[in-house]
Amino acid sequence: MDTMVTNTRQAMAAGPGAVTVTRPVTPTRTARFGGNGPSGSNGGGSGGDRRGGGGQDWTPDRYRIGMWVAIGSILMLFTALTSAYIVRAGLPGSNDWQPITMPPLVWVSTALIIASSFTIVASRKALARDEMTGYERWLWVTLLLGVGFIGMQLLAWRQLVGQGVYLASNPHSSFFYVMTGLHGLHILGGVLALAFMVLRVRRQRGTSAGQGIDPKRRVATDVLGIYWHFMDGLWVYLLLLLILWR
Amino acid sequence: MAEAETIHDVIQPAAAHAHAPSVAAHHHGPPTGFIRKYIFSVDHKVIGIQYLLLAMAAVLVGMLLSVLMRMNLTWPGTAWPLLEILFPIGAKGGVMTPEFYLSLVTMHGTMMVFFVLTTAPQGGFGNYFLPIQIGAEDMAFPTLNMLSFWVTFVGFVALIAAAFVEGGGPTGGWTGYPTLSAIGGKLNVPGMGSAQNLWWNGQNLWIISIAIFCVASLLGALNFITTLLNMRTRGMSLMRMPLTCWSWFTTAILALLAFPVLLAAGVLLFLDRTADTSFFVPGGLSDGTRVLTEHNGGSPILWQHLFWFFGHPEVYIAILPGMGVTSHVLSTFARKPVFGYRAMVFAMFAIGLLGFFVWGHHMFLSGMSPYTGMAFSVLTLTIGVPSAIKTFNWIGTLWGGRIRFTTPMLFAIGFVSLFVAGGVTGIVLGQTSLDLSMHDTYFVLGHFHLVMGVAAIFGMFAGTYFWFPKMFGRMMSERLGKIHFWPTFIGVYAIFIPFHIMGIVGMPRRYASFEEYEFLRVLDPVVLFVTIAVIITVAAQFLFWYNFFWSIWKGEPAGDNPWEATTLEWSTSSPPPHDNFGGRVLTVYRGPYEFAVPGAPDDYVMQTTPDAAEENQSPLVQGGSEISGNGHNGHKH
Repeated sequence: MDTMVTNTRQAMAAGPGAVTVTRPVTPTRTARFGGNGPSGSNGGGSGGDRRGGGGQDWTPDRYRIGMWVAIGSILMLFTALTSAYIVRAGLPGSNDWQPITMPPLVWVSTALIIASSFTIVASRKALARDEMTGYERWLWVTLLLGVGFIGMQLLAWRQLVGQGVYLASNPHSSFFYVMTGLHGLHILGGVLALAFMVLRVRRQRGTSAGQGIDPKRRVATDVLGIYWHFMDGLWVYLLLLLILWR
Repeated sequence: MAEAETIHDVIQPAAAHAHAPSVAAHHHGPPTGFIRKYIFSVDHKVIGIQYLLLAMAAVLVGMLLSVLMRMNLTWPGTAWPLLEILFPIGAKGGVMTPEFYLSLVTMHGTMMVFFVLTTAPQGGFGNYFLPIQIGAEDMAFPTLNMLSFWVTFVGFVALIAAAFVEGGGPTGGWTGYPTLSAIGGKLNVPGMGSAQNLWWNGQNLWIISIAIFCVASLLGALNFITTLLNMRTRGMSLMRMPLTCWSWFTTAILALLAFPVLLAAGVLLFLDRTADTSFFVPGGLSDGTRVLTEHNGGSPILWQHLFWFFGHPEVYIAILPGMGVTSHVLSTFARKPVFGYRAMVFAMFAIGLLGFFVWGHHMFLSGMSPYTGMAFSVLTLTIGVPSAIKTFNWIGTLWGGRIRFTTPMLFAIGFVSLFVAGGVTGIVLGQTSLDLSMHDTYFVLGHFHLVMGVAAIFGMFAGTYFWFPKMFGRMMSERLGKIHFWPTFIGVYAIFIPFHIMGIVGMPRRYASFEEYEFLRVLDPVVLFVTIAVIITVAAQFLFWYNFFWSIWKGEPAGDNPWEATTLEWSTSSPPPHDNFGGRVLTVYRGPYEFAVPGAPDDYVMQTTPDAAEENQSPLVQGGSEISGNGHNGHKH
């Protein structure tokens, strides 16, 4: 499983005049995904940026890099909100900041999202063991937890409204709604991606029996896992910010 | 958005081709059918040209807006019957109202900064040439690429719509400062976005447009970074990339980190306008007679911090690609390697990095501690160092070269000239004590129009004249190009040097007219002179457009490498085939600017030319047939 199948392209990369230094092929993460099953012929490159091929093969790296870059920009979005939050909280001469009490339901949603981080790891591990049923089951659980999180956040909003705390009530409540809202939108994106993957498993089940697992599914699961953990961590961070910095 | 694309690319083809999962999602033959080929194309080359055409439409609008502004400044109170037809409220009876003028300023700035300076150099040329210059077949995420263009287009439509909705266009300026941008609609001043409609007024549409643009830019930046890191062809190490690629890479990183901040600020501003939150609107805001709004406690300065944390890197987003193109073109036509390639790369990164730490110099007069101002001032002046490195290296590149004065070369030299002329006044404005008197005057306008506006435009012109043969397979007319260059070059100086003088005299920016200011009457001839220069310069641009569209169909056939240049885009046909290299995989053997290499048969050595010792063993392009056999055996749609 961890052997990289040498293909024409890699042979050429070591050919005369090629600048790429041929490294001994080590079982890297890349190799693990690229060299799996009957589709090993796509190689996966020898480490992303040195690969040849002018982009004719897909590489798992591409999606991983893309996800990390995307996370970088999402991080900046919430960094900007954080700095606005801190400045607004400590604004001299302004006395309208009234810390809100967190609606109790946020603790439920926090528990759900943390649990979902574990279930998505479980699904990934099941996929690594080629257990499609376990994979699918944990994916479903993660999806449900994700939907549950969004539902709980919405109910938490209702709880706040029930207390008479609205978006414009005071800056702390404004930031609460804005941050949970924007984070919730990102979770919604992850939930849609999860739903898409789950439905694909169901549809593929009949057709690809015995074909081995598509390496693209492994990458998709992997990349979505990165995103999901990030969103989980981001929520815990936002919650701590909203509770502790007031 | 990003994850959706990932999933789509990952899953889609796998489902369709369970037996051939190794085929890339975007790896397909050229699309047939007009819509797939030219409208919703996923080909980075088509998308690049779409971006360029969008920028051309935007620059035309922006330019005409500046002519309108000049008309009002020079002949205030004159009735322009045509205007009344377009803007019955803003220009009642054909006479521009001050609010209308302010919306012209806003629309001009927004149009130019976002939809021209950000769109064309990065989205246009970057999209077209980054994959080709690194030997890739396409961008890393082609569908995402298509999406980022069309999202940008929606943003453009929203901005145009902002000018025509009831209540008048946005008046907050391209910087959208609250309180004006936050409560303009509520003041019930005609022409200030005071529509009955809470949602569809000019200022709201402006925010929506900018937010959409942010999202599109983020998608683009994501694609650029991934492509550059992941898709370089064999032998294309980072330090063998053309400086253009480095500039697009740096720009993409800046965009990736800066646009989310503007997006966050935009969301908060939008809520201040529509949901009565108080992020930016201070309490007790009064016009002297009554308290205007129910808001309490917000800080307009907070917006300025957020905006300029984005805004200053944005300035470099506009200019850095121009620097890349200039280095590229100067080297090609001086027939010399770029002087100090490494230093150029590091200087570019230094400029990008420092760009994140100087936003405060836009706010010296917004009320900040003198110590903070000092820190920002020092950091700002530090940018002079990498800028000077770049300038000296450009001169070093020209020095002793066998210079070919082609049109792109003229514009590249023009870029250096404008960058220096506009940059030195940055040293003036970067100092708190001098900025005290220069702030918000025409001096600032002169400074940034030269350095980020016109210089960046010259970078685009250089890029257009240089790459046109590659994009369309035909040469642009050199003669028309030179006729275009001189009035443009002299024209922009004739416009913006007087701006500095007006600023020193004390003419404030954004004022609709200066009739009531006796001390500015002395400037009347200068104002008139500038307006005449504007009209001539604008007229000269139509030569460019004529040349551009005429040459697409009637220009001389270009051949693959008309400029005898070295980088990968010149190793393929003009225009390149759908997959850029016709199934070949290029191998890169050397750096990007090997001109006048001692002992070489020609005065240039292409990046794909193998070393002499290896020539016998390895053909110029290795294994073309193997690769195309390998790469083309599946999935075509």
